[in-house]
Amino acid sequence: MTARLEIRSLHKRFGALAVTDGISLDIAPGELHAIIGPNGAGKTTLVAQLSGQLAPDSGQVLYDGRDITHMDMAGRVHLGMARSFQITTILHGFTVLQNVALAVQARKGSSFRFFGRADAEPALNAAAIGYLRQVGLAERAGDVARNLSHGEHRQMEFAIALATAPRLLLLDEPFAGTGRQEAEQLLALMRQIKGKQTTLLVEHDMNAVFALADRISVLVYGRIIATGTPGEIRANAEVRAAYLGEEDAAC
Amino acid sequence: MSDSPAPTTAPPASPAAPLRRPRLFSRGAAALAIFGLMALVPLVAHLSDDPFLTVAFTRILVFAIAALSLDLILGYGALVSFGHAAYVGFGAYAVAILSRHGITDIFVHLAAGIGVAVIFAVLTGAIALRTRGVYFIMITLAFGQMAYFFFTSLSAYGGDDGISLRGRSTVLGTDLLAHNSVLFYVTLGALVGLYLLAAAVVNSRFGRVLAGTREDALRMQAIGFRPFRYQLAAFVIAGAMASISGVLLANQAEFVSPAYMSWHRSGELIVMVILGGIGTLLGGVVGAVVVLLLEEWLSVFTTHWRMGLGLVLILVVLFSPKGIAGLFERLLGRGK
Ligand SMILES: Nc1ncnc2c1ncn2[C@@H]1O[C@H](COP(=O)(O)OP(=O)(O)OP(=O)(O)O)[C@@H](O)[C@H]1O
Ligand SMILES: [Mg+2]
Repeated sequence: MTARLEIRSLHKRFGALAVTDGISLDIAPGELHAIIGPNGAGKTTLVAQLSGQLAPDSGQVLYDGRDITHMDMAGRVHLGMARSFQITTILHGFTVLQNVALAVQARKGSSFRFFGRADAEPALNAAAIGYLRQVGLAERAGDVARNLSHGEHRQMEFAIALATAPRLLLLDEPFAGTGRQEAEQLLALMRQIKGKQTTLLVEHDMNAVFALADRISVLVYGRIIATGTPGEIRANAEVRAAYLGEEDAAC
Repeated sequence: MSDSPAPTTAPPASPAAPLRRPRLFSRGAAALAIFGLMALVPLVAHLSDDPFLTVAFTRILVFAIAALSLDLILGYGALVSFGHAAYVGFGAYAVAILSRHGITDIFVHLAAGIGVAVIFAVLTGAIALRTRGVYFIMITLAFGQMAYFFFTSLSAYGGDDGISLRGRSTVLGTDLLAHNSVLFYVTLGALVGLYLLAAAVVNSRFGRVLAGTREDALRMQAIGFRPFRYQLAAFVIAGAMASISGVLLANQAEFVSPAYMSWHRSGELIVMVILGGIGTLLGGVVGAVVVLLLEEWLSVFTTHWRMGLGLVLILVVLFSPKGIAGLFERLLGRGK
């Protein structure tokens, strides 16, 4: 079976800093693959290259066996790649419902329609409400996005990503800044989609990572120092030294 | 901002009614009131025996159309075009140049003006939209000035001095527009029609995407949109609308000159939109009325009337970022 996502010796430098230093990785369809690593390891930069926001210096990205290294972000979204951002990226002046409905609109019919109220399209709104319900945000649908709490913004990010009907989810720290209850809700949701949805999860929350991941890769200074099942990673001495030990100490 | 964070105890908004109908309705009412008052101007002019009033207000309506078209890209796309007056000029010169060669029909004038505006908007927009922020302002300014200097150099059509029309455009062979009040109502009709068109566009699928690019272009790309296409389309629509105002301006003044296209004019259009209320459509209309009336009155007292206008602008922006329209919305207790 071809991998859903295949990363082949990806390189990216910012000046003298090799932020992505020869990363190769396969993600199988249905897999939930977590990437962990210390701050500044290059996780977000990797996600940015996978989603088409940043161009790598060299290397390739294959999606279902197809080379998409030079495809733009919108093109990848239409192939089924969705991304949530570490730093909340939403339309603050739009309502919650509009934010999600717009993601539905992007894949349902042309947006070069100049007449007819978009807000009144039942198909878009009904689908959007469905995704909001999934993340537990349906009762906030009519509120302007900027008035939501930080945790709710994280839930929105997730709903928007789901609304693009992805075949591959790239999630950059979806748990960051969520309160306890929101985190539990998110964890339950992730459990639900696990197995059905192919996911690359970048996350600092070790509870979530070890609870969810099929496989884990550890990224340090732009390199993957280990890939394995949660059990293997936990037992890996190098990982403990480079990362987990420090994380345990911090918590 | 008037919207305060929603208290957590607020009743949950019904997902079935996210449309904020009441506010929409109040905008419709405001539009009706403004356009209705405008429609009375020829009557007032007649009663007060002041025919100049009708002509003066025709000019105001013309600039209201131009400001409305600018608000479409400025207010809904956050595209600060500093060359918008060029499109007014294209419409005006379509009338002047074609009339000079014996083609006087207004529909031909409109078609020519819109055609040139669309071509110019596609070409310059495709380049300008590769840039952001200040660079976009500068490059649209540069293209606007290019158009300005081009018409300045057209000595066959008056060059720098401009060119007087022998008469107004004809309508299917008749000289209907020769009557000031007819031209007034035609201009008002165009304004109302274009306002309704713009209102439909900003609420459409297209308009929602455009407003999305204003809010966050990265987010739009991340859900699968390419902002450039939508911004360019909006840029072209706005240019075409502005050229219609140019056709009407030439008819109102019976004179056309490159001064219509200068960057001062573009700046004035921006002032109208900001003063009236950016991103409200009706704000552009109100802004045009206020700016041109202030210009009329202040210039009686002082040649430095622009300073007075600047002062008013600063006050409005300080106390109401959404301009006069925002002020009204707050006074009438709209919003949320
Ligand atoms: N556009 C940029 N230009 C220059 N340096 C950058 C840029 N973006 C990121 N960096 C640097 O690259 C390194 C990796 O950043 P990145 O955001 O990918 O880390 P991360 O693993 O996501 O960290 P965190 O866990 O804090 O989110 C950091 O040292 C950062 O300062
Ligand atoms: Mg990061």
